[in-house]
Amino acid sequence: MSVEHHIKLPEGSIEKTTTTLNLGPTHPATHGVFQNILELDGERIVSAEQTVGYIHRAFEKLAERRPLYQITTLTDRLNYCSSPINNMGWHLTCEKLLGVKTPKRVDYLRVIIMELSRISDHLICNSVVGVDSGAFTGFLYVMQYRELIYEIYEEVCGSRLTTNMGRIGGFERNFNSSVWEKLEKFMAEYPAVLKEFENLFTRNRIFMERTIGAGPINAERALNYGFTGPNLRAAGVDYDVRVHTPYSSYEDFEFEVPVGSTGDCYDRFLVRNGEMWQSLRIIEQAYRKIQDMKGAEAEVYHADAPSYYLPPKKDVYTKMEALIWHFKIVMGETEIPPGEVYQSVEGGNGEVGYYLISDGGRTPYRLHFRRPCFIYYQAYSELTKGSMLSDAIITMSSLNLIAGEMDA
Amino acid sequence: MSLTNETIKDRLKAKFGDQVSNFEEPYGLLTFETPKDLNLKVMQFLFDDEELRFQFLTDLTAVHYPGEPGRELAIVYHLHNLRDNIRLRFKVFTPIAQPDIFTATQLYAAANWMERETYDFFGVNFVGHPNLKRILNVDEMTYFPMRKEYPLEDQTRIDKDDAMFGRGPGGIVSPMDEKAGPSTVGQAGPLNTADAGGATSQETRAGQGADEVKH
Repeated sequence: MSVEHHIKLPEGSIEKTTTTLNLGPTHPATHGVFQNILELDGERIVSAEQTVGYIHRAFEKLAERRPLYQITTLTDRLNYCSSPINNMGWHLTCEKLLGVKTPKRVDYLRVIIMELSRISDHLICNSVVGVDSGAFTGFLYVMQYRELIYEIYEEVCGSRLTTNMGRIGGFERNFNSSVWEKLEKFMAEYPAVLKEFENLFTRNRIFMERTIGAGPINAERALNYGFTGPNLRAAGVDYDVRVHTPYSSYEDFEFEVPVGSTGDCYDRFLVRNGEMWQSLRIIEQAYRKIQDMKGAEAEVYHADAPSYYLPPKKDVYTKMEALIWHFKIVMGETEIPPGEVYQSVEGGNGEVGYYLISDGGRTPYRLHFRRPCFIYYQAYSELTKGSMLSDAIITMSSLNLIAGEMDA
Repeated sequence: MSLTNETIKDRLKAKFGDQVSNFEEPYGLLTFETPKDLNLKVMQFLFDDEELRFQFLTDLTAVHYPGEPGRELAIVYHLHNLRDNIRLRFKVFTPIAQPDIFTATQLYAAANWMERETYDFFGVNFVGHPNLKRILNVDEMTYFPMRKEYPLEDQTRIDKDDAMFGRGPGGIVSPMDEKAGPSTVGQAGPLNTADAGGATSQETRAGQGADEVKH
């Protein structure tokens, strides 16, 4: 008598010698919502398939219905570990299209903010690599200083994570004294903290053994895969948008571009640490440059762009022209000149690009974000093939995959 | 730093003659256009040439121009020569009825997901792509949402007039489109009101979109 099978096993499942493991979408080790379907032979990875798109929010479509200034809030939510960089990148794109020239002081203020964001971005990434290799201390320790950076954001723009910082042409208000106090505190205290953080990890035997040789990529493959930012530099290519295509007066600053050689997790860690030191250097230079400014130049915090930059509130309440401009801008009724522009900035994870096409309407005709995370995550299966499961976890955190940036 | 836009232009002209066209330099970035069956040849040339060496694919995306019959979809490539630090952009136009374009995945591994994304949102069929399926949207989706015939907001709303945002009612027909002649914008989507061009759209979309939007 034949047995009727009610549960049909997949074809060939009896002979299957590998195990399928779903890592994500809501696994604590993914640090974001994305999935890896791993095929495991024991603990060794045979193949990995990535699924992204769980938090896709159609930013590019939304942007086609928004005036320029409302798109800033969309850019916040790309790489939310360093939102201000995305904000500034977007403002720079608009300014390029509109032909707005920003004063030096605005550029330097932006540089300070961008470098602070870079520090907070790398800080999270590197300390999470520590967490995933079993060292929780570093993560807890540096949180205090990310908090200080967030407090600076708060003083500048009023929010912490999704900052919507700055406007087309500059900042919505000048930095107050509290910003400078906190910045001075940060510059004074952070070097010692970073040094101590490095001491915890850099020559730590356990950390080294876990990360050296984990998820390596050579320069040629990294370039072919479109890697940018610290992940590319860890493979030995000194490409940095700040140096190659300077924006926001980065050419006025002196800094080094740290590079690695093997492109593994350890090199990525070292490169990010090196970049934090360089960011500190840049912040100090920018701080000094701003302190040295005198007269009217020392007070300016936005460019003169009346059709895009909101007039002062005092004028809005007392003058008709200012009131008209205020309404026109807020209602999105200022025309954008037709044009096509690509502008990129060095984000926390690499080249964040904005490709904006305007047909002369009041909203972009098309806006595309180049999202470094999205581009390099496709290399993940190649990076982890043949490695142990625990290496795959570390590789994931050391690539600094941010779901928001991946899914746009 | 010896490589300039002029040199690139001359090299391309020498190799491909008049087939590469519409050279422009908006904001200093060399931009040109190639025929759709030449996109891979041009890219291969830019990649291999001793002098040009555009070996980094920065970005790949598409733009939908419903008002230009036969050239509705533009696929835009941004390439970067990292040694000489110079970028270029080139575009390939394709009719929306037959949006077949050669894949760049053989040259750039990075193109894999970028092309999947472009397929996902615009329905560009990259011929030779190893795994051309949706990436950010759900697999069950039957249409390509970034095309202009899918307006963002609920079209049954009458309190919103998109003329305020320079797009004409419903975001479908802009003043530019009207000048360009009969609209080829599809009206088959569930979100559309019956405006203009319903009949033509069905024909235009027959090739790629036969399975689209049945509801």
